[in-house]
Amino acid sequence: MLELTRVTAGYDPRDPVVREASLSIAPGESVGLLGPSGCGKSTLARVAALLHRPYAGAVVLDGEPVRGWRHAAPRERRTAVGVVFQQPRLAADPRLTLRELIAQPLRATGRRAEVPDRVAALAPAVGLTAELLGRRPHEVSDGQLQRACLARALVLRPRWLICDEMTAMLDASTTAALVEVVESYRRDSGAGLLAVGHDRVLLERWCDRTVGWRTVCGAGGTAQESMSPTP
Amino acid sequence: MAEADLGPARRTTRRVRVIASAGIVGAVLLAVLLVPPLVQLDQQAVDLAAKLRPPSWEHPFGTDDVGRDLLLRCVYGLRVSLLVGIVAGLTATVIGTAVGALAAAFGGWTDRVVMRLVDTLSSVPHLLLGIFIVAMFRPGVGPVIVSVALTHWLSTARIVRAEVLSLRSRPFIDAAVSGGASRGRVVVRHLLPAVLPQAGLAAVLMVPHAMWHESALSFLGLGLPTHQASLGNLVQTARGSLLAGDWWPTLFPGLFLIVPTLALAGLAGAWRERINPRRRSELML
Repeated sequence: MLELTRVTAGYDPRDPVVREASLSIAPGESVGLLGPSGCGKSTLARVAALLHRPYAGAVVLDGEPVRGWRHAAPRERRTAVGVVFQQPRLAADPRLTLRELIAQPLRATGRRAEVPDRVAALAPAVGLTAELLGRRPHEVSDGQLQRACLARALVLRPRWLICDEMTAMLDASTTAALVEVVESYRRDSGAGLLAVGHDRVLLERWCDRTVGWRTVCGAGGTAQESMSPTP
Repeated sequence: MAEADLGPARRTTRRVRVIASAGIVGAVLLAVLLVPPLVQLDQQAVDLAAKLRPPSWEHPFGTDDVGRDLLLRCVYGLRVSLLVGIVAGLTATVIGTAVGALAAAFGGWTDRVVMRLVDTLSSVPHLLLGIFIVAMFRPGVGPVIVSVALTHWLSTARIVRAEVLSLRSRPFIDAAVSGGASRGRVVVRHLLPAVLPQAGLAAVLMVPHAMWHESALSFLGLGLPTHQASLGNLVQTARGSLLAGDWWPTLFPGLFLIVPTLALAGLAGAWRERINPRRRSELML
């Protein structure tokens, strides 16, 4: 289980972005989190990915409560959750070629020997040719770069996958291709998925269940939500 | 990329500038490295019978007020000035990068204290601070290098700190953390390489600046001892003869200072336009 209970998080303790949000995902389940832009769903996704320490609340990952975030979290815990970010341009180190980008988590965890095999297996799966793998981020399109970022998130075979507006910057055919890659990975590995987005049609077709931001935050909600209409 | 959206005329002038700068820097390096060991001439050889001769075939740059060959003196002077410039520029950059990166990486009180210290030091004119430092030592190359290095790391520290701070919160650092990268790996593999072009550029731009500082200190009589040729010393000793109408002892050392420093700055500018992939990818968007 990946469980978030009454999580309050943000960037200013006096004015948190997320207040008392609760969400749980069972292994193998796919959950869509739907909310307007700016409501705090990306912040909640960062908390779930162990990248952002919340001010209050509990996160339980695979039955064990999470005590540290970012570097304070043990490496196995951090790498148990794969993350795909909204903007591939910002999520990719501009100095690395796509091949190095995909191999980066393997190198960081001391599994250099697996690099050729894993890259050779993942690149065709996400639709990247050998020629594209040699290019740097500024030489490929957003869609091609997001394919590489998805491969990077899958390269360590995470038990949980968090896609934070993964397809917001992409066209319909790339969106369909990337969703298919995620789904085929989940069929093989049984990984749980949290897909964050504001596209109700996409999330309802993609996920087992879709929850609205209002439901996640209980009755309280956030200040931002009460000001902007739900799509 | 960056080349594509410039007009052909601008591209050509830029290429000419780069080639000219590289040519000058290359020629200067060759002269400075090869002339002293190859030409067995004594730059300090005094010939009072041939003092203050205008440029001729025998002495292309003329001679100074005690008959020393100015071309040889200029090459030796440039050698000393370049040595001071490169060593001081590199030292200042290393200090600045370390201080800036540490301040940004630790954050909180460390950052505040370190950056206020930087502000305080910046509020003192750095030539004055440099004079204060050289005045504590016996004249020589070492004190000049220390003085220039210790007064010039401040801007690099600011640049590096700002760069690391803005990079630290980027999603690609999040992605590295999520992919299992350790703290050290994030700094060494992702933060420092991203800062390196800026720091390297600061180092190269610092070299001409440090050369000018060395010349200024020597000109004021606080830098190198007068018998040791440096561009500042040459201009300083030539001042007297300029009033008597002898132009060559000031002109040639002056050109030796201006032309190589401009060429170095030109190369650094071209490097800045080429090496920054972030700017290139931004131009693509």
